[in-house]
Amino acid sequence: MKFTKRNSALVATALAGAMLLSACGGDDDNGSGSEGSGSGGGTFSMFVSEPENPLIPGNTTESEGDQVVNALWTGLVKFSEEGEVQFDGVAESIESEDNQSWTITLKDGWTFHDGTPVDAESFVNAWNYTANPENAQDGGSYLSRIAGFQEVQDGAATELSGLAVEDDLTFTVELEAPFALFPAVVGYNSFYPLPEVFFEDPDAFGKQPVGNGPFQAEEEWVPGEGVTLTKYEDYAGDDAAQADAVEFMVYADVATAYTDAQDGNVDIIDVIPADVIESAQSEFGDRFIETESSQITYLGFPTYDARYADPRVRQAISMAIDREAISEAIFAGTRTPADSFVAPVVDGYREGACEFCAYDPEAAKALLEESGFDTSQPVELWFNAGASHDAWMEAVGNQLRQNLGLEFQLRGDLDFAQYLPLGESKGWTGPYRYGWSFDYPAAESYLTPLFTEQSQPPLGSNYSFYADPQVSDLIAQGDQAGDEAEAIELYNQAEDIIAEAMPMAPLFFTEIQSVHTENVSNVRLDLFQRVVLSEVTVN
Amino acid sequence: MGRYVARRLLLTIPVLLGASILIFAMVFALPGDPIRALGGDRPLSPAVVEVLKERFHLNDPLWIQYWEYLKGLLRGDLGTDFRGRPVLDTIERTLPVTVRLTIVAVLFETIIGIIAGVLAGIRRNSYFDNLVLVSTTIIVSIPILVLAFIAQLLFGLKLGWFPIAGTRDGWFSYVLPGLVLASGSLAYVARLTRTSIAENMRADYVRTARAKGLPRSRVIIRHTLRNSLIPVVTFIGADIGALLGGAIVTETVFNLPGIGREVFDSISSQEGAVVVGIVTLMVFFFIFFNLVVDILYAILDPRIRYD
Repeated sequence: MKFTKRNSALVATALAGAMLLSACGGDDDNGSGSEGSGSGGGTFSMFVSEPENPLIPGNTTESEGDQVVNALWTGLVKFSEEGEVQFDGVAESIESEDNQSWTITLKDGWTFHDGTPVDAESFVNAWNYTANPENAQDGGSYLSRIAGFQEVQDGAATELSGLAVEDDLTFTVELEAPFALFPAVVGYNSFYPLPEVFFEDPDAFGKQPVGNGPFQAEEEWVPGEGVTLTKYEDYAGDDAAQADAVEFMVYADVATAYTDAQDGNVDIIDVIPADVIESAQSEFGDRFIETESSQITYLGFPTYDARYADPRVRQAISMAIDREAISEAIFAGTRTPADSFVAPVVDGYREGACEFCAYDPEAAKALLEESGFDTSQPVELWFNAGASHDAWMEAVGNQLRQNLGLEFQLRGDLDFAQYLPLGESKGWTGPYRYGWSFDYPAAESYLTPLFTEQSQPPLGSNYSFYADPQVSDLIAQGDQAGDEAEAIELYNQAEDIIAEAMPMAPLFFTEIQSVHTENVSNVRLDLFQRVVLSEVTVN
Repeated sequence: MGRYVARRLLLTIPVLLGASILIFAMVFALPGDPIRALGGDRPLSPAVVEVLKERFHLNDPLWIQYWEYLKGLLRGDLGTDFRGRPVLDTIERTLPVTVRLTIVAVLFETIIGIIAGVLAGIRRNSYFDNLVLVSTTIIVSIPILVLAFIAQLLFGLKLGWFPIAGTRDGWFSYVLPGLVLASGSLAYVARLTRTSIAENMRADYVRTARAKGLPRSRVIIRHTLRNSLIPVVTFIGADIGALLGGAIVTETVFNLPGIGREVFDSISSQEGAVVVGIVTLMVFFFIFFNLVVDILYAILDPRIRYD
């Protein structure tokens, strides 16, 4: 998953300074045309940046479209606030004897917004569509565990051989290899069902989607402006929409949206400009909400570079960074120091799992000297341009200079379009910025994509090119473990080995801040950092 | 005159073609891989990347890409962005916003600018003249970004006279952003008019008109102003062309989904087809309004003839 708020990042950065001005004032709270009171009813508005893709779940992997798509769809399963799989979605059960052949049974009575039933066919067709590279769906790779995925990628087949419809409400899924966490995987966008009308005209569908969720689209999405979604009256789930309608309002700039929220013109914002966070806290009081997220910021090391091949060098650099200080000084507390390779919101997180994440400048210095690291050359720090990484990367560099006596050089002038291909071709010549959040709430969703050999680019995101067969082994064993406790134990063992090798140093966990007006209540963010729109009530 | 206009219009065709080649080559020359960046931190699968590159001819050399683009253009197809949205739709959606903003801004700068300039010009060194000089100096020296935020906070949030952002209130939403956008040009128009008027007030024909006993208002409007407008019209004409190119800062601060924001986003994500389509259109506007200015010259000053 990606979390870059792409739009006009440069402008947004430039505007951020001026935002200081808007911290003051604005306390009238005339709502945005809502009259409903008590339980249910009313209309509220929700901030959103322009989604990058058409509103098709399999093509939506960024945070903006994700928020809209999840108002319109309900998947097979949902998650509790602790990340447990809950059968509150379309699935009655997801069962397997061997963790490889899965049978998915659907609940009866679910319908799409056009009245057609949500059946096994609507899932299987959707998954086949998403997996097919001809359709260029961003979320296609989420289906890679299903048997036949590779053949479809190679063009040898157009449908996943692992999928079979049994009857209207049952279908089977054969995986390439056993995977105990499969029921959690299918909670994500790429696994949502698509109605028949989608396949007739995907382009039109992307503007005005027909889903099966608590809200429906009765009008087309207007790029740059947004859409108003209305409550779907025949919704079969338990989480029917409390409000009558939600208006998504597109903003190009978060600062403008925040000013609008101060005036009560937009009810919920889930991105607060960093420089107004403190004043937002006092201005919005208990309508300012902080939520832990699954996002981790790492400082990765090019393990292929001779300078960084020694684990002691990587450990020393990790220990020399005062995460607490950077978090306070630069992020205004929106990031907290990371002490583990997986986020605190998933099962299997252990406080302090990353031994070398604790700040210890003396030990770091001693370790670096022991490793014989060449301190005469500057350390090059890599990050992508235009995404506000400059300040904190410079702070990291200053810490290295202060604590290890290393000179540093910032290499932050490449856009994403150049930054990633360079990393892919082993072109990063020093520590690099990397960010990750899970695809499903599990420790495995960090370990496999970031630290295993099979996830090295271009197939995956293991840009450090770290490879340890033992890690891959332990994770594979965990994937096939009989119960969750056993799986977590194996994942933890893998994490311990990774913590020793330190191919990427976890730096920060991200906290998401949101504010809402007095017009709405019951605002909460789920584990995927989405506002749970169906629960929002209008006052 | 008709032949002159026709010739000028015909000339725009090679200019547009040349401009589109240049823009195309520049986008092409941008380093990096736009398709690769679509996925962000989580890469797209190699098969999907291949399909998209094939679809947008990104593996082909520059001239083939341009030829494909031109072939589409002849069919009236401006191509699509990497997300499959037709560029024509994007223009249809964003251009009206920018056009409205431009109209409001140009009205402000023309009406206020010229009136202020005339009043300052005919009473040189008066209190009003000094007021215009000082205030325009201040406005010109404040960056538009700061001006936009101050206006938004003061008139939008604090006083509540205008909407803070967005286009929900129709033309009224464009008043404050239009005023902010016009402020710099307004100052220039006022100063140009002032200087020009002041100069012409001393000209022989003005003295003659006065000596004939014409009323003062007629002398100023018919004789002095008309002759003083040539530099002002030149400036406004060029300014319209520039304003139609979109105002990234104003559009962003006031959340107007206009063409400037669109082209900025498209350049940063290397959306070749969108950039070429929109920028070529901007070039056309520029040429067109320069032509209009040239024609206006002949109307303002009958001594100028095009044949």
